[in-house]
Amino acid sequence: MIHEANTWFAERLSDHGIVTRYLEDHHPVEMSCLQIRRLDWTHAAEEARRQDMRFVSLWAAEAGAHDEEALYAYMAFAHLEHRHVLLRTDLNVDDPVLPDISRHYVAAVRMERSLQDMFGIRVEGLVDTRRWLKHEHWPEDAHPMRSSFAANTRMEPNAGEYAFIKAEGDGVYEYPVGPVHAGIIEPGHFRFHAVGEKILNMEERLGYAHKGIEKIFEGLTAIQGSRLAGHISGDSAVAHTWAFAQACENAAYLEVPERAVALRAILCERERMANHIGDIGGVCNDGGFAFMNVQMQRLREDMARAHQDMFGHRLLMDLIISGGVNCDLDANSQHRLSEQTQNLASEVEELRTIYADHPSMQERVIGSGPVSIEDAKSIGLLGYIGRASGVYADARVEEAYPPYNRLQVQIPQGTFGDVATRVWVRFEEIVESARLICNLLKDMPDGPVQTDFIAPEAGISGFDVIEGWRGEISAWVRFGQNGTIDRYAVRDPSEINWLGLELAVREVPVPDFPLNNKSFNCSYSGNDL
Amino acid sequence: MLELFTKIIKTGNRTEPLGEAGNQIEVLGGKLQNAIRQKFRGSLAIREVDAGSCNGCELEIIAMNNCYYDLDRFGVHFVPSPRFADMLLVTGPVTRNMETALKMTYEATPGPKLVVAVGDCAANCGVFGKDNYAIAGAVSDIIPVDVIVHGCPPSPTDMIRGVLAAIEGSGSPG
Ligand code: SF4
Repeated sequence: MIHEANTWFAERLSDHGIVTRYLEDHHPVEMSCLQIRRLDWTHAAEEARRQDMRFVSLWAAEAGAHDEEALYAYMAFAHLEHRHVLLRTDLNVDDPVLPDISRHYVAAVRMERSLQDMFGIRVEGLVDTRRWLKHEHWPEDAHPMRSSFAANTRMEPNAGEYAFIKAEGDGVYEYPVGPVHAGIIEPGHFRFHAVGEKILNMEERLGYAHKGIEKIFEGLTAIQGSRLAGHISGDSAVAHTWAFAQACENAAYLEVPERAVALRAILCERERMANHIGDIGGVCNDGGFAFMNVQMQRLREDMARAHQDMFGHRLLMDLIISGGVNCDLDANSQHRLSEQTQNLASEVEELRTIYADHPSMQERVIGSGPVSIEDAKSIGLLGYIGRASGVYADARVEEAYPPYNRLQVQIPQGTFGDVATRVWVRFEEIVESARLICNLLKDMPDGPVQTDFIAPEAGISGFDVIEGWRGEISAWVRFGQNGTIDRYAVRDPSEINWLGLELAVREVPVPDFPLNNKSFNCSYSGNDL
Repeated sequence: MLELFTKIIKTGNRTEPLGEAGNQIEVLGGKLQNAIRQKFRGSLAIREVDAGSCNGCELEIIAMNNCYYDLDRFGVHFVPSPRFADMLLVTGPVTRNMETALKMTYEATPGPKLVVAVGDCAANCGVFGKDNYAIAGAVSDIIPVDVIVHGCPPSPTDMIRGVLAAIEGSGSPG
């Protein structure tokens, strides 16, 4: 394969006097990584905004043991035509200070707060300086992602309280919810301010599911890492393992057998269908339409059983590894899977008619919790949430990674941004995923499903993105000594999409919050890592 | 509306007899008197607590309620608050950030109460490991546990077996 460096953004930056240096130890060159000066950091983000680029992620990494002592900050952007590009800058190791970019990209705020928490990097100009992942009971000087902080440190409890936003005024009341929620969902805290029935403001306080995942990745092999990646967010096991594997494979410039690539996409589309089906049921349940929920959960269970039967795991966990996949389908299973997928899709369509003709349900979803196109673009909302509000970013089209380069993926384009549109997008995606699965099964390439993963030299990094069911997952990995990982920085789409929920529920009646929350269904575990 | 009823009739009754457990179920407790367990039988209220899971276990807990497993038929149902729960069903390695909330939930649950730890993470911190700054421990390191259901995640059948084992207070049925 010939790799051609992506120089488009470097040229745009140079037009504005920002000097870039192309980093050779980063792969693939089509999604190049450019070193810039720290004093150009904010200016570069401003230029990305001017070029209509989407903010992808922000992270930091110390130089590995193989390198001289250094601390780097990275940010990634994507352009509809010019793909993804990464920028890197050097920070002072002893007193790391990074300029803020959130005035250009609001979605960077929580990531900047996390850099302060996890690395002790001071973000200069950051308006919201409260802690994020690092809760108040952690000691002030604990910065777990620094190499000086041992992974097994037992932190002494500290005292302190999170400074929630306060609301004042006649008749405004405050309503705290969580971290233990009333339903069967992940832990998180919501602070509502309401007047009568109406929500004035909802503030999210997350981080409760923080498991130190990025720290655990350090020192794992690419094979061990695949297993951990599947549990970053268990509902997105396929998408996360795929993103991780692809970042590793890019670093190593390893070509994965075509059959493995097709199987990965089949798994990923099945995961998309299963989650969409389950969540549509959930939205209907919160809207008081039990029939739909029962039917949808039945279909979801049918999928889980087929997965157990054909792939050995109900939730498709631990099937993708760096270098390929751990499963295969014989001709008979291919046929069964195709048939089951088609049947599911037609049952879903049948149920969709019933849902659309059910006025009491439509009453609840139409017009509820809208996110405007302008807001969605400004945040850079991802996945079905973006697609309901006029942002049609989809890595399967933008990056067209195999096998999607040979499939024409149809992206539903919503504009109203309310619960009804988010549900509509998901109905559309179920049908589309079913079509993609059947096409993939029809032309399954022959051959092996795995190739040996040979780790690259120390210091080589790899980046990639995968369109999971929630949206784009971005993954950056760097290898250290002995073929082990010395840093894995992953961004679940929820890290960005959570911001959309806060906007959506303003002015929504409190009893409609669950309905809205379910229509977003952001991941807590994927956000908190 | 007609389509809705047609669909209900066409779907029919899909509930199945409860299968055998596929993963190991450990019964630790025995601290409850049989007489009390008897009282829970037929009407058990569960509060689910995610103490930091990856959400995989939650998906399978939700599946316990689908028409195939129909948890309700065993007289077991989920409730939105610990204050009227008889049992806590706890998932995940307990994160440092959830430790206090889990303890408070346990304290808010009126006695006598049962705790079932669901999944490898709840049992022994699973893939995330105990030697980790962000993790306070397995569920039994934080609150008393009566039954542990292993698996990553355990199947809905395993979980129902685990819940029933806690009420029955007997050894592993699976
Ligand atoms: S046991 Fe497995 S599925 Fe359950 S929370 Fe742990 S990693 Fe996730």
